[in-house]
Amino acid sequence: MKLSSATGGVEATNIMAIMAITETKRFEVRAIENGTVIDHIAPDALFKIIRILGLERDTHRITFGLNLESGRMGKKAIIKINDRYCEQEEINRISIFSPNAVVNIIRDFQVVEKLHVAPPDHIEGFVRCINPTCITNNQPVRTSFEVNGGSGELSLRCRYCEKITPCGQIELR
Amino acid sequence: MKSLISITDLDPGEIMRLMELTSEFEANPGQRLLEGRIVASLFFEPSTRTRLSFESAVNRLGARVIGFADTINTSVSKGETFHDTIMTISNYCDMIVMRHSLEGAPRYASEIARVPVVNAGDGSNQHPSQTLLDLYSILKTQGRLDNINIMIIGDLKYGRTVHSLLQALSHFNARFTFVAPPELELPGEYRQFLKDKGLSFIEKQHIDESIRQADIVYMTRVQRERFSDPLEYERVKNIYVLRRSAIDGAKPNMKILHPLPRVNEIDPQLDGSDHAYYFRQTENGVYTRMAIISYLLGVKK
Ligand SMILES: [Zn+2]
Repeated sequence: MKLSSATGGVEATNIMAIMAITETKRFEVRAIENGTVIDHIAPDALFKIIRILGLERDTHRITFGLNLESGRMGKKAIIKINDRYCEQEEINRISIFSPNAVVNIIRDFQVVEKLHVAPPDHIEGFVRCINPTCITNNQPVRTSFEVNGGSGELSLRCRYCEKITPCGQIELR
Repeated sequence: MKSLISITDLDPGEIMRLMELTSEFEANPGQRLLEGRIVASLFFEPSTRTRLSFESAVNRLGARVIGFADTINTSVSKGETFHDTIMTISNYCDMIVMRHSLEGAPRYASEIARVPVVNAGDGSNQHPSQTLLDLYSILKTQGRLDNINIMIIGDLKYGRTVHSLLQALSHFNARFTFVAPPELELPGEYRQFLKDKGLSFIEKQHIDESIRQADIVYMTRVQRERFSDPLEYERVKNIYVLRRSAIDGAKPNMKILHPLPRVNEIDPQLDGSDHAYYFRQTENGVYTRMAIISYLLGVKK
């Protein structure tokens, strides 16, 4: 079959995509024996998730991948933590920054559990209030928020100053 | 033990109970129900008007007041944490009334203090005793809180009294008309709040003939410092002034409220009108605060 140069271009792109998927697969094949794989992380959330899980100080063997190809979301990030199983509370924290992330629990190279993250009703401590004149930004007071809009655009309502921190402006303390 | 930090802490039943108590204290202000008690009045930010209203309420109830009117010459100015100040003072009193420039300070105080805390204003956030006295003024002049048609004019963006009043009236099926310049219109979160409650509202940029349907016209100050463009302030400052001509055809029992102090947003020519209620409104403040204090301390249930 003859191809015009234009369709040839499309073909080439498809091949590239397939190669990218294979690359990802290979990356995933190099899976861990036991532990947690956090997949489909929004790329801009990777470093925040590293911080909220305390991975800078973690002594387990950890692999990070950033700007990997993802069919669903364009680019994604991934974290693999050997021999550590994330707790539900930690998974909830992840959801604040990357609601589409998927947490895979791995035992003996097998995914034994696939957890879709879900925002909790409340979060305590690790996020900063957007309001500069909030008591929590001026005195040693732990932050506390009510999480709004589970299905749509997520936002946080400060327990103290009652101001709303919108989704895109959530920062770690 | 109960504190009053935000108007949203109160359910409609409690609001109505506080209205009844306010009315009882207005009818009979000489009830020394708190003889021997001590109320700490902590004004981390000065506000003479609010402080005197609270202290007058405390005195009328027979309790004593300790505290400060500003933080000059206190341990606060020596760098003591807010936590330590509250922990210490809560040992000396039966209740804390506080104003603070930082939003959320009273909520935090209520979590650590061993006594009830009353928020007398925290920055741009809440001032529930003002809201309750606004509600009492509405109830007293209209004979009801249900189905009130209220037009709120001026700074709807930063005006905390507006936000709290709107939250409180949402329990009572109010109909709102909001009048503000685009720079000071109602924040999205409050629009969403009203939508979630199933309440309809109208937004306008000018005071118009819909004022004729209003039971209450609630005026607020439009402050120069709220505008990033001073020319914009000059352009709008006279639009949000209430004049006699604007209330032509108003309901006979329509009342104008204002949290005071006013600058120029109500023409002084209106002061003598039957519609003007803003000076009598402040009078209700002491009775409202007597109701709040005695309710929280459990001497009135
Ligand atoms: Zn806050």
